[in-house]
Amino acid sequence: MKRVPKWVAAFGVLALIGAACSDDGTSPGGDGSSASAVSSIGPTEGELNLIAWVGYTEDGTTEGYENYDWITPFEDSTGCEVSVKYADSSDEMYNLMTSQAGQWDGVSASGDSSNRLIASGAVSAIDPALFDFTDIIPPLDPMTGTETSQYVVDGNVYGVPWMYGPNFLMYNSDVVDPAPTSWDVAFETELNGAPNPYAGSVTAYDFPIYIADAAVYLMTHQPDLGITDPYSLTEEQLDAAVELLKGQSTLINKYWASYVTAIDGFVDGSMVAGTGWPVNLSYAEADNPAVLAVEPSEGMTGWADTWMMSSSAPHPNCMLEWMDYSLGADVQAQTAEYYGAAASNTAACPILRDSLDEQFDFGDAVDTVRYGYCGDEAFLESLWLWRTPQAPTDYSVWTQKWTEIRGA
Amino acid sequence: MADTTTKVASGTARGPFRRSSSFLNAHPRTRLGATLGIPLLWIGVIYLGALVLLFLNAFWRVDVLTGKIVQDWGLRNFDTLWSTSVYRTISIRTVRIAALVTIADIVLAFPLAYYAARIATPRVRALLLVAVVLPLWSSYLVKAFAWQTITAPHGILDSFLGLLRIPEANIGASEWAIWLTFTYLWLPFVILPIYASLERIPESYLEAAGDLGARGWKTFRHVVWPMAIPGVVAGSIFSFSLTLGDYIAPSIVGNTKFIGNVIYDNVGVANNLPLAAAFALVPVAIMAIYLALAKRIGAFEAL
Amino acid sequence: MEGRGAKLVVRLGAAFTLFFLYLPLAVVLIYAFNESVAQAWPPTGFTTRWFGVAWNAPGVREGLSNSIKIGLVAAAVAVVLGSLAAFAVHRYRFFGRETISFALVLPIALPGIITAMALRSAMNTTHVTFSLWTIMIGHATFCVVVVFNNVIARLRRTSGSIVEASMDLGADGWQTFRHVTLPSISTALIAGALLAFALSFDEIIVTNFLSGAELTLPKWIYNTIRLPKNRPAANAVALIVIVLSMIPVYFAQRLAGGGDTVARPTARTAAAPASGAPMG
Repeated sequence: MKRVPKWVAAFGVLALIGAACSDDGTSPGGDGSSASAVSSIGPTEGELNLIAWVGYTEDGTTEGYENYDWITPFEDSTGCEVSVKYADSSDEMYNLMTSQAGQWDGVSASGDSSNRLIASGAVSAIDPALFDFTDIIPPLDPMTGTETSQYVVDGNVYGVPWMYGPNFLMYNSDVVDPAPTSWDVAFETELNGAPNPYAGSVTAYDFPIYIADAAVYLMTHQPDLGITDPYSLTEEQLDAAVELLKGQSTLINKYWASYVTAIDGFVDGSMVAGTGWPVNLSYAEADNPAVLAVEPSEGMTGWADTWMMSSSAPHPNCMLEWMDYSLGADVQAQTAEYYGAAASNTAACPILRDSLDEQFDFGDAVDTVRYGYCGDEAFLESLWLWRTPQAPTDYSVWTQKWTEIRGA
Repeated sequence: MADTTTKVASGTARGPFRRSSSFLNAHPRTRLGATLGIPLLWIGVIYLGALVLLFLNAFWRVDVLTGKIVQDWGLRNFDTLWSTSVYRTISIRTVRIAALVTIADIVLAFPLAYYAARIATPRVRALLLVAVVLPLWSSYLVKAFAWQTITAPHGILDSFLGLLRIPEANIGASEWAIWLTFTYLWLPFVILPIYASLERIPESYLEAAGDLGARGWKTFRHVVWPMAIPGVVAGSIFSFSLTLGDYIAPSIVGNTKFIGNVIYDNVGVANNLPLAAAFALVPVAIMAIYLALAKRIGAFEAL
Repeated sequence: MEGRGAKLVVRLGAAFTLFFLYLPLAVVLIYAFNESVAQAWPPTGFTTRWFGVAWNAPGVREGLSNSIKIGLVAAAVAVVLGSLAAFAVHRYRFFGRETISFALVLPIALPGIITAMALRSAMNTTHVTFSLWTIMIGHATFCVVVVFNNVIARLRRTSGSIVEASMDLGADGWQTFRHVTLPSISTALIAGALLAFALSFDEIIVTNFLSGAELTLPKWIYNTIRLPKNRPAANAVALIVIVLSMIPVYFAQRLAGGGDTVARPTARTAAAPASGAPMG
C-alpha cells in the first residue's frame, strides 16, 4: 500500500507543473496583426530559412533540370545563404511555422494555411510600400485586389503574391471517353442513369479543404442550398457536401495527399479521373500521354500562394530581400515554367512565352490551363481560391467531417 | 540475488576514485541511487513527464481563431470521440489489423526461429541471424513503397498470380495490402524474441519428450510452445504496438485511415493537439491492457 | 525426437519466411536500376544514373553523417542508461522495481507517434529549439529498453557467486566491475547497442517531430520519395546502405557470440535451476 501514494504524488506534481507551464505550448512569438508593419529593410543577416512547396526554390541541383536556378543569383546578390525545408501540405507548413517559430524566416503559404497563420500571429504584416507591385495581376494586388483575402486582413498586408493555379480535372483519355465536361465523373455514383463506369478509379485530394470542391459542385447541382462561398458553409451546407463526399468515397481508388501518389496512379492506370494540379499533369503525361486535363463547367477551386514572413524570423532582412526578389518577373517566369503555375507578376508571362517557344516551340502553352492562363484576370477570378474556413463552420469542424468521410 | 553487501578487502590508502568506489560498495542504497538515478531521471522526468503533459492536453481545447491551446478543462474531446462513430470504426479496424498482423508474424517467424535456434549449425545460425536483422537496415519508407509496387493493380503480385493462371488478387490500396506490408515490416522484431526463447529450451527437455514417446506435433504442443510463449508474447508487443500507431505505411500502401492517421491528422492538419491527445489515449489504453496481460504471462519483463 | 515430417515443415517454413523477408528488397534492387521515375510494374529500362544522382544529391551525405552521429550517440546513451537500470533492477530489491521495468518499456511499447508528440510538446513548452540533440534525446529514449532487456537477461543468467568470489579475493567494486562483470555482459551490450543503432538509423516518425531543418538519412529518403523527380535515388540509397551494413552487422553478430543476440525473455522455469546453469 505504500506504493500508491508515492506514484500518485509524483504524477500529481507533474500534472501541476504541466498545467502551469503548458499554456503557451503552441503559441508562436509575437502577434503580427496588431504590431506595426515592418517598414524597412536593414542589413542582411547571411542566412535564410524557408519552408516551401517542392519546386518553388530551385537551385540547379535537381538532376536533369540544372538550368532552373533562381536561388544562387539571390544568394550571390544578397549574401543570404538559403536553406529550405520542403513541406508536403499546408497543414505541415502551419504546424512548422507555429511549433518551431524561431527557426523559420518565411513560408510559401497557400490559402488554407495563410489565414490561420495570420490569426495566430505567426506571420508579420509588412509595409507594401517596401515592394513593387506594379505588374501584379490586379485581383491579387494588395491594395486594390479582389482576391486577396488569403493574405490581406483588416487592411494589413501579410506577404507578397507568388504563384497561383487551378485544381483541375485530370483524366485518362483512353478510358474516359468522350472527354468530360463536368465534375460529375468524379462525384456521382450514377451517370446517365447507370452506375458510374469509373467507380474504383477516381481520385480526390486527401485534405479537409477538398470539401470546398464538393461545395463548388453543389453550387451548380443543388442551388437550393444557397451556397455562395464554398469556404463559408453553414452546417446544413456542410452536411450536404459531406454527403456527396461520402458517396464519392465509394468511387475512389486512392486519395492523394502527396502529388507523387496521383502521378503514379495516373501513370499506371489505376486512376482515370480526379482533381489534380498542373504539376501532376506534367509528370503524369511524360509517362502516359493519354493523361489530359479539363476545366469542368461547374468551376474549380484553386490556390494562390504568398510568401509570408514569420513574426519571429531570425533573419528578417534576408526574408524581406527574398520577398522583394520573388516579385521579379524573371524569377516568377522561371518558377512558373518549372512548377507549372501562373505567375502573379504579369510581366513574367511574355518571358515565359519566349522560353516555352525556345524550348518546346510552343509559346502558346502559356495561355493554357497548364500555366494557369498567365495574365488572364477573368480566369483568376473564376477560381475559388483556397481560404481557411472560419465561419459559420471552421477548419477544425471540417477536419472532423473529413475524418468521418475518410474513416468509414 | 539479494542485496550484496560485500566487504572491502583492503585497508590501504587509495585515491578518491577507489575510495568512492569503496564507499559505494559499503552503502548499497547510495549505489542504488546513483545507479538508478540517471536512467530514472531520463525516463521519469523527460519521458513520463512529457507523456503526462501530453495527456493533460486531452482535457483542454484549441481556440478556433488563434490556434492556441486554451486550458479550458472539460471532457468535450472525449465527447466528440465517443459520439462520432467513425472513431470507433477506425479503432476497431486498427486493432483488427494489428491482431491479424501479429498472428501472421508469429506464424511466419516460428519456423525460421526454430530452425535457427535448434537445427542450424552455429555458423549457419549466425548467418541466419544476420539475414533476419539486415532488412532492418534498409529504409522503412523504401520497403513500404516496394510493397506498394508489389500490391498495385497489375503489379508484381498480380503478374505472378497470372503466371500461375490464378485470377488477379487486385488488392492494391486495400486492407490486404496494408496487412501484408505491416506483417513484413515488423517480422524481424517478432523473430528475434521467439528465437531467443526457443534457443533457451534445454535439449534435455526435448530428449525426454522423445523418450516418453512424443513425436513432432506432440512435442511442439507440450514442450516447445509453452516455453516459447514468453518470446511470442514479447514479439507480439512489437507487432501490435507498431501497427497501432503507424500512419506512414497505411498512407503509402493503402487508402484507409488508422488510429495513427487520425492522431497525425489532428496534430498537423487541424492543429488540434487536444483532440489528438484524447484519441491517443485509445492506443495507450489498448497497449496498457496488452502489457498487463503480457506481464501475467511473464514475458514482458524481458522484451 | 522430431518426426521427419516435422523437420520438413520447419525447413520449408523457414525458407518461405526468408524468401518473404527478401522479396521486397529484391524489388528495391530492381527499381534502383529502373529507368522511369514512376515505380510501376514492369520496370521500363535499365540505368545506373540514380546512383550518380544519389551520390551528388546535396542532402544525402549530410543525412548519412547525421544519422550515423545520432545513432552512435543514441546507442551510447542507451548502453549507459540501459545497463545502469539493468544493474539496479537486477541487484536490488526496492520499491517501484517492477514499475521501473514497465516505465522503461513504454517508449517502445507505445506507438512512436505518441512518444514523438509528447516529446515535441514538452520541448515546445520549455522552448527548446530543435537540433540534432533533440533528435538524439528522442531516439535514446526508446533505445534504452533494448539494451536494458539484453543486459538484464544476461545478468539473470550470470551466476552471482562470481562477483562475490571476486570481492572475496580482494577486488574492490570498480575492479570487479571491470574484470568480472563487464566481460560477462559485453556481448549482450554489443548486441543491444547494435540493435539500438539500427532502430535509430532508420527512424522517421520521432525524427520528423523533433527536428527542424536537420537532415537524417530517413528524412532525406522521405523527402525524395515524395518528389517525383528523384524517387529511384531513394531505392539506390537504401540498397547501398544494406550492402554496406552487411559487414558491420556480420562482425557484430560474430562478436556478440552468434547465440545471444537480443532480448532474451526469462522463462521462469529456465531461471530456476540457477546453481547448475552454464554461463552465456
